[in-house]
Amino acid sequence: MQFTHFSDFISMGGYGFYVWLSFGATALLLTLLVIDSKAGHKRIINHIAQHKRREDKLRKSREQRKKAAKTDDSAAG
Amino acid sequence: MNPRRKKRLAIVSSVLIGIGAIAGLVLYALSQNIDLFYTPSEITSGKKETGIKPVIGQRIRIGGLVVPGSVKRDPESLKVSFQLSDMVMPIVFNEGDPVVTVYYEGILPDLFREGQGIVANGTLAEHPPTGLSVEASEVLAKHDENYMPTELAEAAGQKHEKANYTPEQLNTK
Amino acid sequence: MWKWLHPYANPEVSYHLTNKLLPWFSYLAAIFLSIGLVWALLFAPADYQQGDSFRIFYVHVPAASLSMGIYVSMAIAAFSSLVWQVRLADASAAAMAPVGAAFTAIALITGSAWGKPMWGTWWIWDARLTSELILLFLYLGVIALHSAFEDKNLAGKAAGILTLVGVINIPIIKYSVEWWNTLHQGSTVSKLGKPSMSLDMLWPFIFCFIGFSLLVGVIICLRFRNEILARNSIRPWVRELVEQKTQ
Repeated sequence: MQFTHFSDFISMGGYGFYVWLSFGATALLLTLLVIDSKAGHKRIINHIAQHKRREDKLRKSREQRKKAAKTDDSAAG
Repeated sequence: MNPRRKKRLAIVSSVLIGIGAIAGLVLYALSQNIDLFYTPSEITSGKKETGIKPVIGQRIRIGGLVVPGSVKRDPESLKVSFQLSDMVMPIVFNEGDPVVTVYYEGILPDLFREGQGIVANGTLAEHPPTGLSVEASEVLAKHDENYMPTELAEAAGQKHEKANYTPEQLNTK
Repeated sequence: MWKWLHPYANPEVSYHLTNKLLPWFSYLAAIFLSIGLVWALLFAPADYQQGDSFRIFYVHVPAASLSMGIYVSMAIAAFSSLVWQVRLADASAAAMAPVGAAFTAIALITGSAWGKPMWGTWWIWDARLTSELILLFLYLGVIALHSAFEDKNLAGKAAGILTLVGVINIPIIKYSVEWWNTLHQGSTVSKLGKPSMSLDMLWPFIFCFIGFSLLVGVIICLRFRNEILARNSIRPWVRELVEQKTQ
């Protein structure tokens, strides 16, 4: 162990600001990147699910319209 | 490919080619000037390949090793002067090597000491007793790629102490 | 070799393989990083000239060398995508770019925070620092191109070309300190023969370096997984997976 007191560890021989700035910025950037990468998985899955729901709805309404058109035809005929 | 896509691809490729060409030209133009500093021998006798020599009054950067015994600090103020010689490995200082004197007023970086590599930024001048000199507005320390624990360094006869300043000295600025 | 590699070029297989690799990478990264960082901050000796500010070395050097290493891998991926049209290579290049950008930013920030107390300046336009800054802009350009197009194939092509043009910057970064006069010193660890530092300083560095490399692996796996899903969203296997996850 290089430091006898906790305050020595924090002050880093007078260079505390620079050392902790470096380690802090590194930790912050990497944490943000990991969080964003993890959240991206859920984001994409939700996006695809939403897309699929919209497609299903479209298909259903198209089928309904087709059916309606058919019954109209038969009614007219 | 539909026309819209074709157009976009054309734009992207022309941008890329443009960036490439500009980068190439800039690099070519700079290839002589990428060096950050002049060494003392380049100041006295010109650059080796091109012969370019800075003139008196020009703003330049100088890089070299602080000649041992040449550091003179004013005890009352932050004024300091020291000589720089070429950086050569292994470090040797010979009489008659080209040296340039640097005058500076300000706080020296923590790594400053005799024998250390220094880069100073200032104007080239001619001082009658010392010859070519640089009146520096900024002094930066350049260190080498060797790291050593203190005990090991002391065993190898190497020591480093930060420059100390009295409160009065610090008040002069 | 192509026959053996073929199944891995299948998005579904790659997705599940990535999922299986992730926990291993994560545990190893956590182990190496915690040992390395505690060692670096608490037990490594201070430098005789630089004192405790030397500890910045343990994040600065791994970040800087990984920023170049990731770029080279991204360039290899971009090349195989442009030449052999490997679709997954585009996905992996897109996954690597943000990680490389982050590590380049870390190298620049930590270098700056180290330069201020040691050299006396936060920044100087010397060849090493300038070329590393250009690397950051290259990464940002690649990220921008990947997201600028709806059509992922076109985006991959544009970003791939920029990546390949930018490869020239890598040897410039690496050798800048030898080719020109710079304020930045030469390299310590990769010096052929023996590194210029004592073993009790070198060991924590090795742990930090392996730790950061594994963390890079973790983040790239996470992002690669996302890219595969986004690029195959109409495939039945993705639809099935989405159904399972959203229920």
